[in-house]
Amino acid sequence: MKKKYWQSFGELNYTESFQESTKNEFKEELPLADLDDKGILEATTPRRDFLKYLGFSTAAAAIAASCEVPVHKAIPYLNKPDNEIPGVANYYASTYVNGGDTIPVVVKQRDGRPIKIEGNELSTITNGGTNAQAQASVLDLYDNTRLRYPMQKDGKSFKEVTSFDAFDKMVGADITGKSIALLTGTINSPTTLQLINEFISKHPGSRHVQYDAVSYSGMLQANEACYGKRAIPSYHFDNAKVIVSLSADFLGTWLSPVEFAYQYSKGRKVTGEKVELNRHIQFESMISLTGSNADDRYTHKPSQIGAVALALAAKLGVAVTAPSIADARLAKGIDDTVAALNANKGAALVVCGSNDVNVQIIVNAINEAIGANGKTINWGMTSNYKNGIDADMVKLIDDMNSGTINAVLVYGVNPAYSYSDSKKFKDAFAKVTSVSFNAAMDETTELCKYILPAHHWLESWGDAEPKTGYYSLIQPTINPLFKTRAFQTSLIKWSAAAGSMVNDYETYFKTYWNAKLGSVDVYEKALQDGVIEPASMPVAGGTYNGAKTAEAAAALASVKGAETEIYFYEKVSIGNGSQANNPWLQELPDPLTKVTWDNYAMISPAMAKALVGIDVMTMEGGQQSNYEVHPEKPVIKVTAANGKSVELPVIVLPGMNKNTIALAVGYGRESANKEDTATNIGKSANGAGKNVYPLIGFSGTNVNFSVATAEKTGATYPLAQTQIHGFTEGRAILHETNLKSYNANPEALLEEVAKERESITAGGSKDFINDATIYPNFEKPGIKWGMSIDLNTCTGCSACVIACTAENNVSVVGKQQVQRFHDMQWLRIDRYFTGDMENPDVVFQPMLCQHCDNAPCENVCPVAATNHSSEGLNQMVYNRCIGTRYCANNCPFKVRRFNWLDFTGADSFPDNQKPILGGYMDESVMQMNDDLTRMVLNPDVTVRSRGVMEKCSFCVQRLQDSKLEAKKQQNPKLVRNVKTACMQACPTHAISFGNVNDKESDVYKIRNVDQKHRSFYVLEHLHVLPNVNYLAKVRNTDRHIGGEEAEA
Amino acid sequence: MSRYRKIFNRIFASIFLVVLLSVNQQSFAADGEALFKANCAACHKVDKDFTGPALKGWKDRVPGGDWIYRWIANSAEVIASGDAYAVKLFNDHNKTQMTAFHNQLKKEDVDAILKYVDDWAPPVAAPSALGGETGTSNDSLIFGILTMVLALIAFVLLQVNSNLRKLSDEKEGVIRPEPVPVYKNKTYIMVAILVLFTVGGFYTINAAIGLGRQQDYQPQQPIFYSHKVHAGTNQISCLYCHGGAQDSKQASIPSVNVCMNCHKAIDKYEGPDELVRENGVKVDGTAEIQKLYAYAGWNSSTKSYNPDNDNDGMPDGSKPIEWIKIHNLPDHVYFNHSQHVKVGKQQCQTCHGNIQEMPEVHQFAPLSMGWCINCHRQTKVDFYDKDNGTGNKFYSIYEKFHNDLKNHKMDSVTVESIGGTECQKCHY
Repeated sequence: MKKKYWQSFGELNYTESFQESTKNEFKEELPLADLDDKGILEATTPRRDFLKYLGFSTAAAAIAASCEVPVHKAIPYLNKPDNEIPGVANYYASTYVNGGDTIPVVVKQRDGRPIKIEGNELSTITNGGTNAQAQASVLDLYDNTRLRYPMQKDGKSFKEVTSFDAFDKMVGADITGKSIALLTGTINSPTTLQLINEFISKHPGSRHVQYDAVSYSGMLQANEACYGKRAIPSYHFDNAKVIVSLSADFLGTWLSPVEFAYQYSKGRKVTGEKVELNRHIQFESMISLTGSNADDRYTHKPSQIGAVALALAAKLGVAVTAPSIADARLAKGIDDTVAALNANKGAALVVCGSNDVNVQIIVNAINEAIGANGKTINWGMTSNYKNGIDADMVKLIDDMNSGTINAVLVYGVNPAYSYSDSKKFKDAFAKVTSVSFNAAMDETTELCKYILPAHHWLESWGDAEPKTGYYSLIQPTINPLFKTRAFQTSLIKWSAAAGSMVNDYETYFKTYWNAKLGSVDVYEKALQDGVIEPASMPVAGGTYNGAKTAEAAAALASVKGAETEIYFYEKVSIGNGSQANNPWLQELPDPLTKVTWDNYAMISPAMAKALVGIDVMTMEGGQQSNYEVHPEKPVIKVTAANGKSVELPVIVLPGMNKNTIALAVGYGRESANKEDTATNIGKSANGAGKNVYPLIGFSGTNVNFSVATAEKTGATYPLAQTQIHGFTEGRAILHETNLKSYNANPEALLEEVAKERESITAGGSKDFINDATIYPNFEKPGIKWGMSIDLNTCTGCSACVIACTAENNVSVVGKQQVQRFHDMQWLRIDRYFTGDMENPDVVFQPMLCQHCDNAPCENVCPVAATNHSSEGLNQMVYNRCIGTRYCANNCPFKVRRFNWLDFTGADSFPDNQKPILGGYMDESVMQMNDDLTRMVLNPDVTVRSRGVMEKCSFCVQRLQDSKLEAKKQQNPKLVRNVKTACMQACPTHAISFGNVNDKESDVYKIRNVDQKHRSFYVLEHLHVLPNVNYLAKVRNTDRHIGGEEAEA
Repeated sequence: MSRYRKIFNRIFASIFLVVLLSVNQQSFAADGEALFKANCAACHKVDKDFTGPALKGWKDRVPGGDWIYRWIANSAEVIASGDAYAVKLFNDHNKTQMTAFHNQLKKEDVDAILKYVDDWAPPVAAPSALGGETGTSNDSLIFGILTMVLALIAFVLLQVNSNLRKLSDEKEGVIRPEPVPVYKNKTYIMVAILVLFTVGGFYTINAAIGLGRQQDYQPQQPIFYSHKVHAGTNQISCLYCHGGAQDSKQASIPSVNVCMNCHKAIDKYEGPDELVRENGVKVDGTAEIQKLYAYAGWNSSTKSYNPDNDNDGMPDGSKPIEWIKIHNLPDHVYFNHSQHVKVGKQQCQTCHGNIQEMPEVHQFAPLSMGWCINCHRQTKVDFYDKDNGTGNKFYSIYEKFHNDLKNHKMDSVTVESIGGTECQKCHY
């Protein structure tokens, strides 16, 4: 048997319901409920009505058509800004900041509107990478729940404060003489920190409290104990040959995933004669994005993380006692890991996602033992992404209760939602004078006495220092849309001495940086570049002090686990919930579960059988067999040790630890008054999932697991999954091997593919392209576009999906429509499991239109609305499409998307937003129809209307633009600079794109020189001749992936 | 069998009629007309002197031989050669150089244009029953009459045929029913319906295709701005105001501050020509300049902008001018001015007509897809010639075309050859 990839349990075990479901390629049933069995004439829409409507609509169309053409106005500027040419995009360097997360970016601005975020390639931290949240943040700018003016509490609601001066006077009087706490997220902006210090010195008894919804307090405190610094060092995954992660999702959500993904990918690139890859071993409780990229992964209960760390430490020579590990596989994994670490001392790195200070102390000891300090861990520059200490928040609540603190200024955080004991926080918060600077209404802001909304970062000045000495500047790319004011300006106004010259943040910022950089020229250059970096990277080790190790080991040894435990995690889309009202992020399928719009309880197949009676191995008959193919999932009630409980639907996932329930934070945003959620917090956040923050255990420090009990409720809840879109049917979609086999004989990897190619080429010819088909091959005389995707470096982070959505005006369809498989994303990331259910290997494969040169979709279009260009593009012409959907049916890759409804308000007929039969359009979709939200649309891409097909265009607008530039400059080499949106967003540079006819282009070299042994096309035997090639995955492990040879 | 033959005959005759009715010789002339409008109409009229001379009667004026082709291909060359008539022509028309067309017009094209000019007759107000059809030449009227006569003859012959057959049948003793009168004859009724359906459908579809097209659209603008005064009399470069045309997809209408660059000083209209609207109403140019001042917030007596008391960064009372957009493309069309002006090196007049002669702008071109495609098929790109290094170096990647040109497999590289008529060049 060949190795087998599977996307669902049904596929793996070939169950009854799976077979049933495969009979119908398109899952959706026709909603003809109205028809009953009475026959078509007695139905509610009989033939005569049809004729009546037909006649009426023809007449209506005739009348509508005879109307005069509407008058369009062209209104030029009164006084055109010099640097603005209507129709030409400007790019400004800026920085995405969100509670310590810092990504240097370049903002694309068209006609004064920011419409797209790109990574800043000048940054040596991120190297031009972005993540899904940064890509999606441009939509937050146009969020219509943003607060529009300063307000004060008026009974139960708020009333507008007419001017900033009035607000300053009122609040100034209210906070004078009070001890003020500035409650913010992690702030790494040097100017803001300086202003906060000035403010505190003007208001005696005040202090600054940094609070992170997902805390790194354990790590900060462990480093304080071991290295004397309450800080997080810089990690260098690129210097590590062995990477061991204990539950740290460093490719998805941990600390600075964009930075780490880039470093990590450097060690995953297959280059040279003798290929060397880094080795990644993951110990975790759930199956995380990072874990699914690992060469080897082992699971354990969340409470066992300390035991795993101790076992590793003990075997690496740290003076601690190794606890006994009952699980044989885990024990062997620890031994293997120790061997790998020992063999690579000085080139290894252990990271840990636990928020338990004791675990982190042991991890520090391990890193000392393997010589990571000063090599892969750099204390020469600290990472300033997270500063929050859990104990500070506890003290703040105590002080609010005791009256030691009697005013709180909240900026950028939402503890009323995200704090584990939010009731305690709310009660204390009610006792103090509260001012919120949050840009949108949220759970905390609702409780405040005064609100002065701050700008969105795209409207702001600012700076960030993500790492010591590495600065990234923020400059506004649009005038503030609403009557908002920078938080920093308020600090200046409320702390400045009378008659001070500087009374706004912009002036302060410019003065600060001009003085710091020495001259206006240097300042302007820095603003243009966006980043200021030292000439050479400072590298240094920290001074280690292992005194606390024994104490920590003792504490860990006494940790008691339970039968069932909860593991809390962040999703790559929603994160900690601060961007929960972003419909792009809500609709982004989770890389592993492929669920949109909700959180859920992730459990193992074993737990599913025990808890809800679903046996994914057999799935015989009844409701349980419907588990996979129907959106309705059984709901379980999870109760944490603190007595709080939550009811969530289950998702059964292979690779989960069998005793662990994994819950994602960031969902279940809710106003104090539940009915107000849609208006206050937003239509997209409303009803999306449940809040699980209250379940997080708290024992002096926040820990990210909790002992739990779980029970079946009997209820079901529909989840909108995009997973069951198609299955491999055993076809050659993926190829992978392990490093040993690859190094032994790289040609063996795709030998079978070559043989198959030969076998279907007629007459012993070697010319597969021309001789394996009856169709002629058309020449591509100038440019032939091609894309190459490296499966070795694709981590599945999904930044590309959001980038594509933003660039190409891809519609949001809402949960209801996703459930009906009407999702519109042009680029999806297919996830395949291989191996067994307890410990599967995972492959992510970005799937987009393959732009086949012999495209099956083109042949079947009755109106030639999809056809081929002489540059190798499979063109989709919306204005010609009549919506037969034959093309989608004939596409072997299922990448075509049909506009079942008018999702983005492109049509002039409002009725096109209503489904004719069944279902409805979610409120969150209407959010994307708002005039304000529509400002995010890219004016160079048609907004598709109802009834037309669409799909990936290879960002043709960018290709055309690059060709135009090359023609203007009379230099064909300039087209090498073109980047598609997905490629630009990718933090690991897994995607290459270019002109295949150009022998100097990256994509030509990859296919024909550098990676010729790994380059394959999906479903190549169909002879559709795709223009997208993939590079086979090579894992650095000795195991045979998917049991390929073991079974042979 | 004879029954079938009868039906066959009638159907054949009907088809013959329809074909006769629908075919006329306009196709060739229409081609010439399109070419004339696209290439010549910016400067030439057929019957009147314009920027260039009237073209009617060119044959009697120009020296014989291939002079006319050489002149159209490159008039500068002919003038430089010292040709007496060429020099005279050049001097008589304000020494305005005629655009060289050797890149754009083939000999057949020139012939088509000249034929169009020769055949041209002043438009007659022809009340057409079917409406809308314009430019029916005398020839097609004759053809129409001929068609009708032939149709009548065919009809009469068919009747005679049927009568004769009846007679012969009677002679042979075959009893036949009385012939059905024409208006009750199902075959004829069917044929009539078919003809009506075809002709009606043709015009309905044509009318439907034309929906939203606005050729000759000429709305009244908020300010009577005369391109004739600015671009014609005062010779201001188009790009001075419409700078976007070389950098952007939009040519863009100039902002008010661009107008004020000159109009701070020019506050009266003192031009040689009277300003007259299309409907004959005279316009006071000075009053129109005052309107501009109102929009700009300019005080013409103090010669300064109004103060900015409301702190919006603009002089008080100023507001942007709401021009009415004349050239509208549907949302699903991507059109880039800089592509055409900078890379394609097209004259503004090619698409916008003789704009420097328009007191009020109207839409010159149909802006239909057929019109776009037609030009893309005919226009040659500035193809790179490897051997002498001329042309746009971008096209050096088209190795195949280079070889084909060399081997005479191809005589020129048009926009179409490099994919300029593919869907996703304009629709995405």
